[in-house]
Amino acid sequence: MSNILNLRHSVLPGFRLSFGITLFWLALIVLLPFAALVYSTVGMGWDGFAAAVGSPRVIAAIRLSFFTAGLSALINLVFGFLVAWVLVRYPFPGKRLVDALVDLPFALPTAVAGIALTTLYAPNGWIGQYLAPLGIKVSFTPLGIIVALTFIGLPFVVRTVQPVLEDLEKELEEAATCLGASRWDIFRRVIFPATLPSLITGGTMAFARATGEYGSVIFIAGNIPMVSEIAPLIIVSKLDQFDQQGATAVALVMLGISFVFLLLINLIQWWAARRHGAR
Amino acid sequence: MATLTTESRPVRYALTAVALVFLFLFLLLPLIGVFWEALHKGWQLYLAALVEPEALSAIRLTLIAAGIAVPLNLVFGVAAAWAIARFDFRGKSLLTTLIDLPFAVSPVVAGLMFILLFGANTVVGGWLQDHGLQVIFAVPGIVLATVFVTFPFVARELIPLMQSQGADEEQAAIVLGASGWQTFRKVTLPNIKWGLLYGVILTNARAMGEFGAVSVVSGHIRGETNTIPLHVEILYNEYNFVGAFACASLLALLALVTLLVKSLVEWRLHRQQQASTLRTAAARLQAQAAQP
Repeated sequence: MSNILNLRHSVLPGFRLSFGITLFWLALIVLLPFAALVYSTVGMGWDGFAAAVGSPRVIAAIRLSFFTAGLSALINLVFGFLVAWVLVRYPFPGKRLVDALVDLPFALPTAVAGIALTTLYAPNGWIGQYLAPLGIKVSFTPLGIIVALTFIGLPFVVRTVQPVLEDLEKELEEAATCLGASRWDIFRRVIFPATLPSLITGGTMAFARATGEYGSVIFIAGNIPMVSEIAPLIIVSKLDQFDQQGATAVALVMLGISFVFLLLINLIQWWAARRHGAR
Repeated sequence: MATLTTESRPVRYALTAVALVFLFLFLLLPLIGVFWEALHKGWQLYLAALVEPEALSAIRLTLIAAGIAVPLNLVFGVAAAWAIARFDFRGKSLLTTLIDLPFAVSPVVAGLMFILLFGANTVVGGWLQDHGLQVIFAVPGIVLATVFVTFPFVARELIPLMQSQGADEEQAAIVLGASGWQTFRKVTLPNIKWGLLYGVILTNARAMGEFGAVSVVSGHIRGETNTIPLHVEILYNEYNFVGAFACASLLALLALVTLLVKSLVEWRLHRQQQASTLRTAAARLQAQAAQP
């Protein structure tokens, strides 16, 4: 085994045991289910695939999923950057509490987030009652989906941008100030370019997570076909009708797109590392 | 010097205010809302919603699923971190990517994969059913889905931690004659215990709160295959809001404990790092002083 793996010699023991456990558990829990997915895909054939994915309702759901995920990622890019910036640069009372609170969407179960947001934004809810007179409906519309996805995605952007802002060299900003640059110029030409790779990474992660999100969305979305029905819900309702083939086809499309985004993140990280190394 | 690299006071205050208002509206208000909705009709109704038989059975199933998934993924996570952070071998980055895979998959798709593998009309599922073991729409499926979605957490927490700590202390222990197991227990474990604790807490929070994947494989049989999040969904759809938010408040409390432990762990790790930096500096000074 150590020959195939080109294992470099180490005085530490336990490689065979730990590697064995890792591989066994990975194969059983992750690779086997994936193999089942691939296997049932191969048995499906092109016609079955096209029929399942090509219906207007499915296309509308996939389009809605990616549209709302993209919009919420954009919102999170703006506000996530702002939150990270304020947390790193400005002192204010209760900062540690606020910093801990940012991780709430990671820790709070999605179903809980879903019912809480739905209640808040319902026409008689704490926030919804102020929006209703303005004619803005959030719960049970695509706008509600965006609210839920923004909630879910926020920590991804904050937590990728925050360490980069912390490591930013203040000397560069001081030098720029001494050379007569305004604060806005410095932000635009020194700070923003340095944090851009992490922003893209964080935004992509939030986007990828949002496309597959289910628990927080189904409560607030209202799930009206062609209007506010997301792609993961299509998979669930196909499974409820025992249409495993159709569910698999939709899942494949979603997985394919997720895979593209994972690839994109890696490419961006590679690009950022190379740019950073070149400096 | 600070005035050179910061904004004017009004800008600072305005940006801080916008950020805090955003966090208040999007994060804090939903959290407060959960507890308010659960409690605003009184403690009696709240407690009654938690002790009714279906809620108790949901709590029990959630504890079972987490009780199986967390230890299994704990052992796996430590093993994976040991193999990846302590050895150099071909395919290491591929292995790391594969470990992260469950994060990249929609929970619904995760559930679907287990149906395709263990559903009653599949080869494996049919065989198991003939031998008296039903996986899908039963407890084993819920446990499997929970294990899948919490798979990477411990490993993800430990690998960077162990990589940054380096293998020097363990190598010294081995060279001085300690056995592998002794080295792990007396050197590695004390070094990684805080990171490990956070990984476990995170695994547990996700295990108890998972909705999508578990929902797909559970079959929603009341009193039998409902976890707390699924029970919340049913109550909510029946317009039993006090019941739904009462059960949801348990999960929200769990989330708060998770955040608390996270802050604690970060603080401890920070101190540990500072202490080790100090120790290295002191050792270097001593070595310099010893030289003539």
